[in-house]
Amino acid sequence: MTLQPVPNPLSRYTPQITVFIAVLVAWEVIVRALNIPRFLLPAPSVILSALLVTFSTVLESAWYTLRNALLGFALGCSAGILVALATSRWTTVREGLLPVAIAINSIPIIALAPIANNWFGSNNPMSKVMIVILITFFPTMINTVRGLTLVEPAKLELMRSYAVSELEVLTKVRIPNALPYVFNAFKVCSSLSLIGAIVAEYFGGPRKSLGVYILQEAQLFRFDNAWAAIIIASLLGIAFYAVVITVERRLIPWHVSVD
Amino acid sequence: MTPVVTLTNVNKVFGGGGRPQTVALKDINLQIEPREFVSLIGPSGCGKSTLLRTIGDLVPPSTGEVVVNGKTAHQARLNREYGMVFQAPVLFEWRTVLHNVELPLEIMRVPKKEREQRAREMLKLVELQGFERHYPWQLSGGMQQRVAIARALAFRPQLLLMDEPFGALDELTRERMNAELLRIWQETQTTVVFVTHSIPEAVFLSTRVVVMSARPGRITAIIPIDLPYPRDVETRESPRFFELVTEVREALRRGEEMRA
Repeated sequence: MTLQPVPNPLSRYTPQITVFIAVLVAWEVIVRALNIPRFLLPAPSVILSALLVTFSTVLESAWYTLRNALLGFALGCSAGILVALATSRWTTVREGLLPVAIAINSIPIIALAPIANNWFGSNNPMSKVMIVILITFFPTMINTVRGLTLVEPAKLELMRSYAVSELEVLTKVRIPNALPYVFNAFKVCSSLSLIGAIVAEYFGGPRKSLGVYILQEAQLFRFDNAWAAIIIASLLGIAFYAVVITVERRLIPWHVSVD
Repeated sequence: MTPVVTLTNVNKVFGGGGRPQTVALKDINLQIEPREFVSLIGPSGCGKSTLLRTIGDLVPPSTGEVVVNGKTAHQARLNREYGMVFQAPVLFEWRTVLHNVELPLEIMRVPKKEREQRAREMLKLVELQGFERHYPWQLSGGMQQRVAIARALAFRPQLLLMDEPFGALDELTRERMNAELLRIWQETQTTVVFVTHSIPEAVFLSTRVVVMSARPGRITAIIPIDLPYPRDVETRESPRFFELVTEVREALRRGEEMRA
């Protein structure tokens, strides 16, 4: 029943893969040709060998950071959705709350990281989870509220012609209507959560965490190790984003913008 | 036989409370019998859509009485006694064609087996077999509107309210949909109230054409259409069709002149 032929996944990603390899090659060539010192920018081959040497340490640190990011994402996004659902019933609450949420969303929450360290102790994971919760809560809540309320008026009129309860309008119209908005929030929050977790660690955290590791290696002029950790952080971000997109395609295949 | 719709001295005023008032409907009296196909025609702003919505209890009248199937319009809506089709198809993009048609049945708690069977029947009626698993965006505008008609008919309402359902379609598609709607109307034995601004469409479809004029919105003429059913392409080319089109056009013009 599909209208489009299913493309070969490899040929579909050929342009991206080509660009990626081209960038790596150019990077390697330029660094070698211009003799750029290692502490400014190491060549990809140097970073790769550093990664192979430090792999288990980096992985252990990455796992700690990823756990905080995932936990904060789960809590922050759930809270955002729940608050949005709760306020969808009461127009006045929503209209009072939304501008406040948008205002809070525009302040750099990461600036609170030292405060969170002070509250929970910098070695306590909660100090990082807290920042991630705050960073992911507001975009999720704002987007969900929009999705629940920006419903085509004719759909509501149709439901009115069926004389249905508000609860059924919520489950049959508002929530499905909100799903694309929620997934947009998830996509934004997937990278925000990792950024929040890593940057919060720059303000202090356990030694085996990505942020502290990157900071420490950079301070010791082991820039190849720092870069290796940054590569792992990037891969985590890409993987997280890919997971969100995969779930989105599964859950809302009807959403046209998915493709 | 009790009339399906009785409007008695219906008035509707929008605005007020500091804002300028608009008289959308003035002294509307109209009775629609079972199995009738009544079109409401008039210039934009004449209140024809508002009139349709008062019948469906989507807009309450300011004064006057609306009776549907012997009950208040409000009670009739609570009993789900009419189906509604809008200008836009208003399909739920997260539902397949089949599940869109099932929507009212789902709301009425019809068992799953039965509602799927009924939805399939309706899709057959609007000639969309084979598209059950498609999503709305995969269909053309005309096909989407047919899904909307199937959905409105799915729970077999006695009354079908249609608000310029073919307004967004091109002329040829519209004529084909007109013919199909007549076939469906005769097969399902429903009463139809149909809002349009197309004179040929109103004449081709209706048993009676209700002519309205704007500001204030009121009924200026009711023209019975005596063309025999079934109507087809030849009906559109018959001399009587053109006479009736002219009659409706002149009634519309007289309505405008009365205002001036």
